[in-house]
Formats: sequence, structure tokens, C-alpha cells
Amino acid sequence: MNLPVIIKFVIDLLAVLLLALGIKGLSKVKSARDANRLAAFAMSLSVVGLLSYYLGTSGIAIQSWIWIIIGSIIGSLFGAILAKKVPMTSMPETVALFNGCGGMSSLLVALGVAIFPLSGGQENFDFFKSLINEVSISVSIFVGAITFTGSIVAMAKLQGWLSTPGWTQSKVRHFVNIVFAVASLIAFFDLINGNTSSIWLLVIVSSLLGIGVTLPIGGADMPVVISLLNSYSGIAAAAAGFVVDSQLLIVAGAMVGAAGLILTQVMCKGMNRSLVSVLFGGSLSAQSSASSGSGEYTNITSCSVEECALTLEAANKVIIVPGYGLAVAQAQHTLREVTKKLEQNGIEVVYAIHPVAGRMPGHMNVLLAEADVPYEQLKEMDVVNPDFPATDVVLVLGANDVVNPQAKNDSSSPLYGMPVLDVQEARTVFVIKRGMSAGYSGIKNDLFDLPNTSMVFGDAKKVLNDLIGELKDLGVGEK
Amino acid sequence: MSFISLLWVLLLGSLLGLELIGKVPPTLHTPLMSGANAISGITMLAALTLIVKAEGNVPLLIIGSVSLGFALFNVVGGFFVTDRMLAMFSRKPSNKK
Repeated sequence: MNLPVIIKFVIDLLAVLLLALGIKGLSKVKSARDANRLAAFAMSLSVVGLLSYYLGTSGIAIQSWIWIIIGSIIGSLFGAILAKKVPMTSMPETVALFNGCGGMSSLLVALGVAIFPLSGGQENFDFFKSLINEVSISVSIFVGAITFTGSIVAMAKLQGWLSTPGWTQSKVRHFVNIVFAVASLIAFFDLINGNTSSIWLLVIVSSLLGIGVTLPIGGADMPVVISLLNSYSGIAAAAAGFVVDSQLLIVAGAMVGAAGLILTQVMCKGMNRSLVSVLFGGSLSAQSSASSGSGEYTNITSCSVEECALTLEAANKVIIVPGYGLAVAQAQHTLREVTKKLEQNGIEVVYAIHPVAGRMPGHMNVLLAEADVPYEQLKEMDVVNPDFPATDVVLVLGANDVVNPQAKNDSSSPLYGMPVLDVQEARTVFVIKRGMSAGYSGIKNDLFDLPNTSMVFGDAKKVLNDLIGELKDLGVGEK
Repeated sequence: MSFISLLWVLLLGSLLGLELIGKVPPTLHTPLMSGANAISGITMLAALTLIVKAEGNVPLLIIGSVSLGFALFNVVGGFFVTDRMLAMFSRKPSNKK
């Protein structure tokens, strides 16, 4: 072993260790930010390790440097700009886009190696070795392509650029996807048989498969899909590691793949959905339209902002239930102003965060943190649920399915079994909502029919602004 | 590296990943996903290898460079965006006016 090899070995080990510590730290609130930086440092360290290894052994041609610099600058620049500019509400889409590009990168590496076999190792032809090479190239292309097109479709759907086409909700989609899957299998075997041109078939069919699998999935399941695709991009990276013979790549890819899988599982649990039903069940709304879930509302009480303000003024304890509607209306800062007024009046304010509120777990926490809501006021579902009976007022802001009592009471409901916030236990519930449209699942919300629930119709931001005005008139929060 | 030892690496890496994330508070799901996603951009090393070993093969250089660009877009963007999210959590103590 010569020096460059030893240096690279040590750096790689160190990088793996730091990456593992980084992922570990990211799962705790206290250490998360430092852990993220640690992981970023480990990544740059691994680049230094790789480059110094090649400098020390074969050397790096000027031409290679030029292309390295071009690629690095363009990629980093766009990544940094997007990361700085993108609004907090569109985090899920952004993660999906980044993820897709990671998949694309693995795909391109495998494609490059497939078309132009790397020098070295090809002299003494070894059947076993070339088989492994072809298999890892195929896996890298297959998973990379699915990750790329799947993530792009997920992003486009979350952005509202793409809707769910009708045919994807019928059984036809299974047939179509099976055709794509079989075709990629054929391309794969053809490739191993030595027919290099079938690599293009593999690229095309696996890209189509990524689209076909992601397109039918409805919005509430989107975070799960993104998390799963994130896991895939790890697998793609590990496969690329086999292609270029890099242990570091395999370890890091496998870690991300496994961790992503666990995270996906955790998210599924939060929504009471199995991964199978997310992937193959189609969107929830399509199933529920036929079931008992969709009924007419019979007992809606609507009330004015003024009434709402009066009730709030008399309350001792208020729980806020934020949802996606709050994110869409960008009303988090206005909400914070309202709660500040209430707090100044001696009213206890707590935020109840459902694990899947918003479009992504943790979405609400990020949003409220942006509006300077103290972290201690954010309570998780299990913690806050026993508090509802002792609560005077619950404000539901743009949340729907996560406060639907059907999940507890109605065993025929598609939501049945999903853990929900027991807001109906509180003395008064105000639901601030734009109209009577159904929630994400497309299911009727029994909460709205209850006698202690009042609807305040309007855009969340506007209603909250009016609420501030009313509270001011009542002299709340002004000593 | 023999194929068998690479398989061992794959196995141990996967186990490590499974073990690392036990309990994650829901608050951190999005940042964790985004952070792990940035790490999956490690394929940039594969792209670099491709460019270095291209030996003047221009199409391969271009493929490698594009691949590197995509990977770094993933890595740089991913870490920045994760940091932005996490910065909001860590700001909490200073906010009690």
C-alpha cells in the first residue's frame, strides 16, 4: 500500500463515520443543525479524499479539471440559489426536485460506464466480473431513472402543474405498469446477453415506470412517496458504487436507502396507511367517493369573526390546530399576532401538531417556527389529546382530515383507525375554512356537524387579520 | 475490492442505516428527509471518478460533468435547504421578547 491509498482509506473511513453521526444527529432536535453541517463537511472531505488519491496515483488531466469545475460550479450555484429562494411552504416539492437530480446523477454515471467502459479491468475478460458490472449498471439505471421521473412527477403534482388523470385511477394503470416492468426486465436480460443497445430501452422503460407508478398517487400520500423515492436515490447511489468500485458510495447509499425506508414506514404509520396501499391503492378520494364517507352536512353553524373574538376573549385555554390551509394562506405570521394578543391577556395558548398535518410530517413545525412560535408551545398529538376536555376554544386553521371524528367512530370510513386530534372534546370549536369543500381525503368531516362546532368562512389570513381587529376593539392584549 | 467484500459493505451499511434512525420526532421528519437526500448526492464521487478516468474521451467527460452537476445540485441545495429549516428551530430561545 502506498501513501495515496492509505490517505484515501483513512479519509473514507472518517467520512463514513461522520456521515453516520450526521444522520444520527439529524434525528434529535438539539443536535440537528450541527449534524447537518457535519454531514456536509463529511461530503466535502470525501471529495478531497478522492481527488487527492487520483492526484497521488494516476494524476488528473487538465481537461478533466476543466469539466470538473464546470459541472461543480453550475450544479452548486443552481442548488444554492434554489435553496435560498424557495418559500418554506414548498419544501416537499423542493426535496423531491433535489432527490430526482440525485437519481439522474446515478443514472448518468451508469450510462457513461456502459457506453464507454472504463480503462483497466477489461484486459483479462472475466465472465463473473463483467456480469456483476452489467447487473450493477442495470440496477443503477433502473433505480436512478425511477427516482428521477418519479420525483419530477411528485414535484409537478405538489406544485399543481399536474393533476391526477382519470385513467390512472382505474385498473388500467396496473396493466400499464406491469408492461413497463416486464419490458425493463427484458431489457435487463438482453443487456446481460451482451446486447448493449438495449440499455436505451432500459432507460426509457424505467423512466416511464417511474411516471406510471407516481402519477396515480394522491396528494396526501405524496410525502410518503417522496420519502420512498429518497430511499431509492440511496439505492441508486449504492448501485453506482458497485459500478465504479467505491466502498464509500456503497456505505453512504445503503445508509440513506435504509434510513429512508424507516422514515417512510414511520410516516405511513402516522397516517394509518400501509406502504402497499399507498403505492398500489390509488388516491384515497377515488375510493371514498363510493363509500359511506360522503354525505350531506345537516347541521352547520356558521358564525362571524366578531363572535369568534368574543368567545376567545372569555377563554382560559386555547388550542390551535394548524393544517395545510394555513401554509397555503401564508397566515403563520398573522396567526402568531393573534396568539400574542391572547397570551398578553393571560390566555394559555398551545398548538396541536398532528404528525401528518400539512403535506409533509414536520411541515407545520417548520412553518410555525418561521413565525417565531416558541418551540415549547408546539405539542404532539399524544401529548395534547388528553388536554382537549379542559380546553375552552379550539381554532382549526386549514386542517380537516386530522380532526375528523369519523376516524374514531365510523368503522366504515376510509379514515377509520387513523389517529386524530380529539378537538370535539373541547367546549367550543371554531373551524376557519374557505368553504365547505372536503379535505384532502375527499371525505365528509363529521366535526362540522357537531353542535359545539362553528364555521368561520374565509381565507385563513383574512379571517385572522379581522380577528386581530376585533380583539383590538375588545381591548384584548392591551394593558 | 472483491465483489463479496463489497456485498458485505452493502449489508453492513444497510444495517447501520436501519439502526441509526430509531425514534424521530415528527418535527424532524422533513429536515431528516432533506438531509438524507443531500447525502444521497454522494454519487458526485462516482461522477468525479468518471471524469478523471475519461482520458480525454470528450462525450464521457460531458456525461460525467453533467452527472456531477446534477449530484452537486442535490448536495449543495439539500444541505442549504436543511440548514434553513433547522435554523428556524434553533432560533427559539432568543425569541422571548
